[in-house]
Amino acid sequence: MGTLDRTIRSFLLAELVAGLGATLRAFFKPKVTINYPFEKGPLSPRFRGEHALRRYPNGEERCIACKLCEATCPAEAITIESEPRDDGSRRTTRYDIDMTKCIYCGLCEEACPVDAIVEGPNYEFATETREELMYNKDKLLANGDRWESVLARRLELDAPYR
Amino acid sequence: MVKVTVDGIVVDVPNGSSALQACEAAGKEIPRFCFHERLSVAGNCRMCLVQVVRAPKPVASCGFPVAEGMEILTDTEIVRKARRAVMEFLLINHPLDCPICDQGGECDLQDQAFGYGADHSRYQEAKRAVKDKYLGPLVKTVMTRCIQCTRCIRFATEIAGVPELGAVSRGETMEVTNYVEKALTSELSGNLIDICPVGALTSKPYAFTARPWELKRTDSIDVSDAVGANISLHVRGSAVLRAVPRVNDAVNEEWLADKGRFSVDGLKHRRLDRPWVRVHGKLQAVSWQDAFVAIGRRLDGVPGDRIGAIAGDLCDAESLLALKDLMTALGSPNVDCRQDGAEYDMSHRAYYTFGTTIAGIEDADALLIVGAIPRQEAPVLNARIRKRFLSAGRGGFPIGLIGAPTADPTYKAEVLGEGPDVMAALRDGTHPFAETLKAAKKPMIIVGHGALTRPDARAILASTWALAVEAGAIAAGWNGFNILHRAASRVAGLDLGLVPGKGGRSAAGMMSGGVDVLWLLGADEFHTAQIGPQTFVIYQGHHGDAAAARADVILPGATYAEKSGTYVNTEGRVQRSFRAVMPPGDAREDWRILRAFSEVVGHTLPYDTVEVLRERLATVNPVFRVIGGLDAVDVSALPGPAGGGAVSPAPFRPVFDDYYQTDPICRASPTMGECSRIYVHPRTVAAE
Repeated sequence: MGTLDRTIRSFLLAELVAGLGATLRAFFKPKVTINYPFEKGPLSPRFRGEHALRRYPNGEERCIACKLCEATCPAEAITIESEPRDDGSRRTTRYDIDMTKCIYCGLCEEACPVDAIVEGPNYEFATETREELMYNKDKLLANGDRWESVLARRLELDAPYR
Repeated sequence: MVKVTVDGIVVDVPNGSSALQACEAAGKEIPRFCFHERLSVAGNCRMCLVQVVRAPKPVASCGFPVAEGMEILTDTEIVRKARRAVMEFLLINHPLDCPICDQGGECDLQDQAFGYGADHSRYQEAKRAVKDKYLGPLVKTVMTRCIQCTRCIRFATEIAGVPELGAVSRGETMEVTNYVEKALTSELSGNLIDICPVGALTSKPYAFTARPWELKRTDSIDVSDAVGANISLHVRGSAVLRAVPRVNDAVNEEWLADKGRFSVDGLKHRRLDRPWVRVHGKLQAVSWQDAFVAIGRRLDGVPGDRIGAIAGDLCDAESLLALKDLMTALGSPNVDCRQDGAEYDMSHRAYYTFGTTIAGIEDADALLIVGAIPRQEAPVLNARIRKRFLSAGRGGFPIGLIGAPTADPTYKAEVLGEGPDVMAALRDGTHPFAETLKAAKKPMIIVGHGALTRPDARAILASTWALAVEAGAIAAGWNGFNILHRAASRVAGLDLGLVPGKGGRSAAGMMSGGVDVLWLLGADEFHTAQIGPQTFVIYQGHHGDAAAARADVILPGATYAEKSGTYVNTEGRVQRSFRAVMPPGDAREDWRILRAFSEVVGHTLPYDTVEVLRERLATVNPVFRVIGGLDAVDVSALPGPAGGGAVSPAPFRPVFDDYYQTDPICRASPTMGECSRIYVHPRTVAAE
């Protein structure tokens, strides 16, 4: 019985037909792939991508050089130096993140008392050289300026769960 | 002694102790803000509440005296609740600005709120704000953070002796203020920063530079004066960011003078970081080898007695000994550690040290100061004199002062006269203060360098000793004869015999053409114009000060922060520091430079490691065997220092005019320059 059944199925190409059937079913279903550089998948507001330093709406930088992010960073990727600015306020003179050391854990963002350092939704910051991944304060602030509307929306969405 | 039970632990504490001390004796931690061991009890923060059995309500343990059989409970629900409530009250008006506060990470309020406070705030109302006060260039104020513990007020009034701080208004509107907007006139003002339990008083030069968790701490010794205060250098990377005192009850208790604390920023300015040789009148940067060869070539054919060396005020004992050994090897008797020209009798250590010891001041019952201004020359020691003055009560510690009247010494001192002629009157009993000295059981006499740098120093020294003997200051079990040094290296230099040998020339003799080649080991405190134009000058040191500008060869050395060194303070106490950072550039530890050079001239010094060198230190003078301790010496049978010459009636002069500019490190320090501008030359500030 078994031998006969197997022989008939083999001659009728039953497995091939079943496979083609699956293909045909999928052909009429909606597509799951996206055309990546032109289309992008959805991101959670908690997605931890490239860092940015934010500013207040009046243009004042948020970071107050408390160094909590530096202290909490498990990869020791953050380096901060600070001194009093001319108006006497506490500011960083240097805020560096070594993006090659960073493990994107988001602890810096959690430690920050003023929501200055955040990890934004951007994950497309691959570079050609390592040096370009040593971010300084200017780069981080520029990131903040570029992404501010998205970052603010993101924090707003996540706020109820904090 | 009183028997007290703390949480079931029975402890014996002295009569009159407070409940807080009893709890500490039992090993219980009691939170506190206003209480400080070295200040009077104020009892106004209420954080130290404990429960005493049979007392109707919790008591503030800092001000509550113990009684026989008292039972104290420190960990009951009532106590915990009381602490939470007190903490809630303290936090009502304390701003939540820990992230921008320099005290963050080393803040008593932060730690205790974490340990004893509630887990959330119920306070919704607006907080009080207070205008910041100006306390000078060293102390930064953020008065909104003040919790009115009044420690600063009590420190300024009791320890520093400058009652310039106080509180106005009451209740929520109470403010700590200095009444008029004027810099604090104290050489101990930096201690306010340590004593403030919150971030209301912080360090101005250190503002916002680092967090305590980033700093590496290294034990060191303060070299800005001869007290030898124990300090800890806080380092991040290659920079010394601040110096804070360590507790040593025998020396500095827990205080530190402003010069030692704030001159650390001078460690990175105007440094010599490579060797230089003068070629055709201009200094050129060269390698170590070339510098050594240049010196070796110049030394070639120069007889030993035409070579000389002067050691400066900041040297460690190791480099002093290496210098002396090098000079001996070169056949030179010309070596001197007394660049100010002071005279001592070195036949016994008691003639050139602070015999009473700093802690011993608290046993004295009369004091005569001759030619010294302790407030400027040794502010921490001066605080000890003031402590004794206060503890003795009214008239209990009479103080006589011989010397030009200067600023307030911070205690009541009777100015007996301006010159040494008063000494004669004290000795023959015609001066009323002679009776006071005689009546005292443990009188002490402090002789300063205002007296010892005069031509008649030896005669003054001998007559002061004689006066001390007559007044009963030299007796079995009590040594009341004290020399107050002002240079950190001086006692070590005298212990190691860095004075001219047989036929040798003194510092002044060497400078005025007595030698052809002059080796300056960090010696800067004189006018370089004194050095003859034909003299070949080798400057080995760490800062590009006046002497380096005159030098023909410059060898870059290490500061006290960059080497492990041995220092001897004015008491003769041997103390050791450790290396906090590496010397900049090509600079090296001083004894290594001397050792390396000795090889070039063919007189290799017999030590390759610092251990061997320290063994040699102990061989030359056994006092270097004991680190940190001090043996009591019986001086009652000593004949006294050798006198000679007549005493001139000229008044004593202060040893320096500007407390903030006394050594190469402070002269390179921007903070010390600012202090000098504000405190010593206020007229130029007002004119701006």
